[in-house]
Amino acid sequence: MQKQTEQEDAGSVSAIYQEFETWSVNLGDKTIHAKRMPGFFRSIKYKTGSLWLLFFLGPYARWNGKQAVLFDIDNRQFHFFNLTVLPQDIWMLSLLLLVMAMTLFAVTSVASRVFCGYFCFQTVWTDVFTWIEEKIEGNPTQRRKLDNAPWNVKKFRLKIIKHSIWLVIAALTGISFSIWFVDAFDYWRSLLTFRLPMVGWVTLTMFIAGTYLLAGLLREQTCFWLCPYARIQAVMTDSQTIMPTYDARRGEPRGKLQRNAEAGTQGDCIDCFQCVQVCPTGVDIREGQQLGCITCGLCLDACDSIMDKVGRPRGLIRYASLDEIEGKPVKKLYQHTRTWIYIGIILVALGGIVYGLTHLGAMTLRVIPERQPLFVRMSDGAIQNKYEFKVVNKTDRDLHVNVSAEGGVTGQIILGAEQPLLTHHGRGTSFTIFVRAPGENIKQEVTPIEFRIQSTEDPSVGAEYDSKFNAPKP
Amino acid sequence: MSEDQNPSGDGKGQTRAQHKRNAESGNPYQSSDGGVTTTGHLWDDDLADFTNPPPKWWMLGLAVSAIWVVVYWLYYPSVPIPTSNTFFKGIGGWTAIREMDADKSEVDAVRGKYETRLKTLAPAAILADSDLTEYVKRSGKVLFGDNCAPCHGTNGVGTKDKEGLFAPVLNDDDWLYGGTIGDIYTSISGGRQGMMTAHQDSLSAQQIDDVAKYVKAMSDEGKDKADTDAAVAAGKKVFAESDCTSCHGADARGMQAMGSANLTDKIWRFDGSLEGIKHTIAYGVDSGDPKTRVAIMPSFKEAGKLSDTDIKKLAVYVYKFGGGQAEAPVAVEPAASAVPAQ
Repeated sequence: MQKQTEQEDAGSVSAIYQEFETWSVNLGDKTIHAKRMPGFFRSIKYKTGSLWLLFFLGPYARWNGKQAVLFDIDNRQFHFFNLTVLPQDIWMLSLLLLVMAMTLFAVTSVASRVFCGYFCFQTVWTDVFTWIEEKIEGNPTQRRKLDNAPWNVKKFRLKIIKHSIWLVIAALTGISFSIWFVDAFDYWRSLLTFRLPMVGWVTLTMFIAGTYLLAGLLREQTCFWLCPYARIQAVMTDSQTIMPTYDARRGEPRGKLQRNAEAGTQGDCIDCFQCVQVCPTGVDIREGQQLGCITCGLCLDACDSIMDKVGRPRGLIRYASLDEIEGKPVKKLYQHTRTWIYIGIILVALGGIVYGLTHLGAMTLRVIPERQPLFVRMSDGAIQNKYEFKVVNKTDRDLHVNVSAEGGVTGQIILGAEQPLLTHHGRGTSFTIFVRAPGENIKQEVTPIEFRIQSTEDPSVGAEYDSKFNAPKP
Repeated sequence: MSEDQNPSGDGKGQTRAQHKRNAESGNPYQSSDGGVTTTGHLWDDDLADFTNPPPKWWMLGLAVSAIWVVVYWLYYPSVPIPTSNTFFKGIGGWTAIREMDADKSEVDAVRGKYETRLKTLAPAAILADSDLTEYVKRSGKVLFGDNCAPCHGTNGVGTKDKEGLFAPVLNDDDWLYGGTIGDIYTSISGGRQGMMTAHQDSLSAQQIDDVAKYVKAMSDEGKDKADTDAAVAAGKKVFAESDCTSCHGADARGMQAMGSANLTDKIWRFDGSLEGIKHTIAYGVDSGDPKTRVAIMPSFKEAGKLSDTDIKKLAVYVYKFGGGQAEAPVAVEPAASAVPAQ
């Protein structure tokens, strides 16, 4: 009989609805008004979040009279203090992205989504926005009351102030983003005189709208439904990864605190819902690790403060691995193979970047031999080849270069570089060079030749390139 | 909209209490009067479609798209008027030509600063300015391709027909009419016409054969060696005694003023084989003989074929092929006149 009912349940539509009932899906129909409680993890979050001040203040730093860090897209240059990286060396960017991705993966494999909880711009900006909300509209209870209250002068005034401050922060965010790409002071000057280029206005508008919408209105819904990282986190964590976990063995059966309860009938959880109250994404951590949890640890602070009050040990909710909760032996960090693989990839990529930065070379040379015609016969029977030289001068000043050649044909002469040639700094310069060789010395159709350029101002600056000297069949 | 409707339909969630009540009643999609609104179609006995309205944002998007279609039609030329064989021009005044003109003026603005300088400078002065030379080398390609390449070939490699070289190679250092920038400018501007009389009547076949051998030896072995070579001594005699020297000079090195060829170098205007040389001697160049060699370059200045600036550009472009010869004193300062200093 029991079995038959189960089968009916599984096969019938109503069973699906039963399943549906157990879901608790945060669709944003109710605004989450999280309570702010002081605590260890709260203070960590303030500290990590304040690292973002660098984003706002960094562009104003000067170095040798120029912006210290500037991604100059207009001039296709990247300035990092003394270093200037041109598009030719942009391959290092892919390694940098690899390092950043792998760092994220490694951290996630050790301590799950700490990036989300403490550092992600969505989390930090939302935190700042709700902090402002709390200062203006009061604590969560007052906020809910205000939201439900009919519109009056006071409500209108409070809302106007709050949204204005939000918009100012959104605008500052957009401005701070932009001034990483154009000179900070130039940008402010054009902004205040309404002379930004169209792309500047579009970027600023998009950032104001995006910041206001994502941090002010969407908030945790972004983590739930927009962020891909929340979705792929599961593949990066395993049973050794620590994450905020409710110790169900200790906490269950939960129940309201009773003055004269029999010892042993109740778990440590007093069902006070403080962990849910403080959660910025509104999840109940007691249901287990879930999509909405950004592992910010605020519920740990909340639970610990309650445990202190009821005189039970802290750590009912704590950073713990699945192994630990299930009572399995806990492995040491160095036994975590996955993390080592990530670290290995990070080291390889970092090595690549270090190699790249130390081997940037102050100058690059490309030589393109003329193909139509491959060679020209001169009136004295000599054979002349034409080459297009493309020189990128990566130093910060214009340099003159001398051209020389190794190999090639005996008795050849280089024409077109009698005077040192000017190469403009920070961009490519091209010039035409001819090589003329006596016909009788040519032994083969194709002779290898290596071109060298060397700066007259600084002989350590130079470059070489392998090319070919073409001739008719001897 | 009832509070009991599909939570995924309009983006609005349900409270836990609603969930519970719906789950207990068996179907959360049921409307409050107990019935389920469906399209009324049934498939496979019990499959039906709900008639939930699409989300508001979606309907809004549809309406905006419909309005956009109308606006687009009115703004751009799009609606044909068949009776008058025309079309509604659109209130925006957009035409493809106008858009192209706007784009072109953008390009012209970039080129403008070079073009105005090119207009006033003499070819030699252009050549002395590396920025301008670079500009000409890049922008001259189209001019050269349109006007010169049909005869001289792309990049001036020369073109051949079955009788030999049809138009001279412009890459080498051999110039019939001079290879300085001024000479090249003059050649393009005024055109050139070769002239050599046919010798089939004035010289016997044997004499033509002898002199051809001597001329070939001068190129192959060098003039000094050919002069002492007994095998071509007969040809040398013909060369000295007939009218050859009057144009090619006693030293056989040609005269730039009349464009006669240097016979001692390795480069042949038409064909360097013995047969080819004999043909040139027998039938001449532009001589009026039916079998004559043809060497005519039109004047590009005449009839306004090319502007003076274009000709200057081409002169610099050709000079930079690699064969250009330095002019004694190069005028660096801008010359007031467009005519090059000769």
